[in-house]
Amino acid sequence: MTGIWITRWRRLRGHRAAMLSLIMLGLLIVFVLAAFPIEALTGIDPDEADLLSRFDPPSWAHPLGMDEAGRDVLLRLMIGGQISLLVGVLATIIGGGIGVCLGVMAGYFGGRLDGVLMRFTDGMIALPLLPLLIVLGAVDLTKLGFSAEFSHSGAAGFWRIVVIIALVDWTSIARLVRASALQIRERDYVRAARAAGAGPFDIIRTHILPNIATPIIVSFTLTVGRVILFESVLSFLGFGVVPPTPSWGNMLNNAQELVTSAPWLAVWPGALIFLTVMAVNFLGDGLQHAFDPRSEAGE
Amino acid sequence: MTALLEAIDVSVHFATRAGKVRAVEGVSLAVAAGEVLALVGESGSGKSTLGFTLAGLQSPTSGAVAYAGRGLDRAGWRSVRRDIQIVFQDPFGALDPRMLVGDIIGEPLRVQQIGTAAERRARVMQLLDQVGLPAESAQRFAHEFSGGQRQRIAIARALAPRPKLIVADEPLSALDVSVQSQILNLLADIRAAEGLALLFISHDLAVVHHLADRVAVLYLGHLVELASRDELFERTAHPYTASLLAAVPRLGRKRTRGGLSGEMPSPLAPPSGCVFHPRCPKAQDLCAESAPLLREVTSGHAVSCHFPLGGQG
Repeated sequence: MTGIWITRWRRLRGHRAAMLSLIMLGLLIVFVLAAFPIEALTGIDPDEADLLSRFDPPSWAHPLGMDEAGRDVLLRLMIGGQISLLVGVLATIIGGGIGVCLGVMAGYFGGRLDGVLMRFTDGMIALPLLPLLIVLGAVDLTKLGFSAEFSHSGAAGFWRIVVIIALVDWTSIARLVRASALQIRERDYVRAARAAGAGPFDIIRTHILPNIATPIIVSFTLTVGRVILFESVLSFLGFGVVPPTPSWGNMLNNAQELVTSAPWLAVWPGALIFLTVMAVNFLGDGLQHAFDPRSEAGE
Repeated sequence: MTALLEAIDVSVHFATRAGKVRAVEGVSLAVAAGEVLALVGESGSGKSTLGFTLAGLQSPTSGAVAYAGRGLDRAGWRSVRRDIQIVFQDPFGALDPRMLVGDIIGEPLRVQQIGTAAERRARVMQLLDQVGLPAESAQRFAHEFSGGQRQRIAIARALAPRPKLIVADEPLSALDVSVQSQILNLLADIRAAEGLALLFISHDLAVVHHLADRVAVLYLGHLVELASRDELFERTAHPYTASLLAAVPRLGRKRTRGGLSGEMPSPLAPPSGCVFHPRCPKAQDLCAESAPLLREVTSGHAVSCHFPLGGQG
């Protein structure tokens, strides 16, 4: 007897677009990781400005040319991708995880817990985004008990972005999940599980979550793309990934002013973000197909 | 006769926007081990609510449910979960569409931690065979089956932990007539083979006559008559039961008068006195004033009526 996860994996395998997307995402990961060996072998410093080679066209040494500060575009795309992909995935998983947990608890248990959690969510939605971001960005990590050394390191900056995005981005998922869970908890199969003696968390795991997988997956896939762009907004506000450290978001932002004189500086990060978002969305389609046995394979 | 599962003066009220719905009012009845007790009534009579209460899915507003003579609180219910299972009316809603059929049937075993994973798989195969489905059904999803097959799956799930009693909430009414008799026979076979008790909720008196040992008739949340099957069908004492029986269409019989006119009153505002008096052909002044108590007219035949049929009382 094969388990449900094997069945789901088989259904995912049968979804061609999802498999192509997995390959695409694999290639993107290889691409961004290639920064380490290339940096080590060629000795190029991606952050070092060289004003004599501003806007240099592609050459053997710099296959995608140089940017407005005379830095290697290819290497910056690779390093920027590490940050953008990690931020996109981690912030989505953490923020989405918070949203799913709170939403499913509110929807399944209902009553007073639902009231408290949803008022809290409404409160978060009501907070104006920009001042909230500025306040969160200004939090002094040493006051939170982190060492001064960690607080000023690049890792702290990275985690700060992830946490900020996760904290402001879970609300819509929470509302969506709550509404879906409310519907499922009244189904007879949930009653049957209860009559069989299943506890609430067992029911949530085996019945509620698989049956609300579709909206969760759609919401997660849409969030990944949004988060990658959102990161550049944070950079623009002066926290998050601070230049000269590159990310796809801030490379795209910087290229805006130069789009008439050096359009390729916008094209490359834009194309990579586009590819990532497309791949994640098609993978999401495949996952929906894997979780919903009634759906027919797209191709 | 020892009671296996007992409702003791059970009332279930729901608070709604429109007011308090009195779904079940002061019902006491007992299911003995191995017997089929049919719960009969029109839609809205509270029979499903009473069934859910006896399956532990609904807490009574007042009164109690006892299993093997022991009153059940929350902890008590936990210990009897494997002894009482339920089969729902709608076989499409009762099976999780995203779960493999094998996992659905094995769920009570997994939840109750009965046996090892391998033993549970073996039990699922045995159950599939018992309800007449091929073994490879375990690998498939519920939507690949017809309504009757789904009801077989639901029955297999209910049988999995070897319960002492199954609450069957109108298990036939969502099925095609041709399939109904198959499922009915399956239920009868299983109950004979396993010796389990059945609380059979139905509005179909022909089915009830075929399957039940005893029959309880519910009207507007009140238990109006309770008797063995033959006693109830042959020496009907309550005018409501009589009108239900008269309403059953039979071949070769002209439609007779005596069927009920009007609708059941709203459980939001039950009538005074006997709840049946506004529709009762035999109602007298007394009926609007005082509610009759359930009392035995003959041994084992209880009726809640001031003026029962058949001259007794």
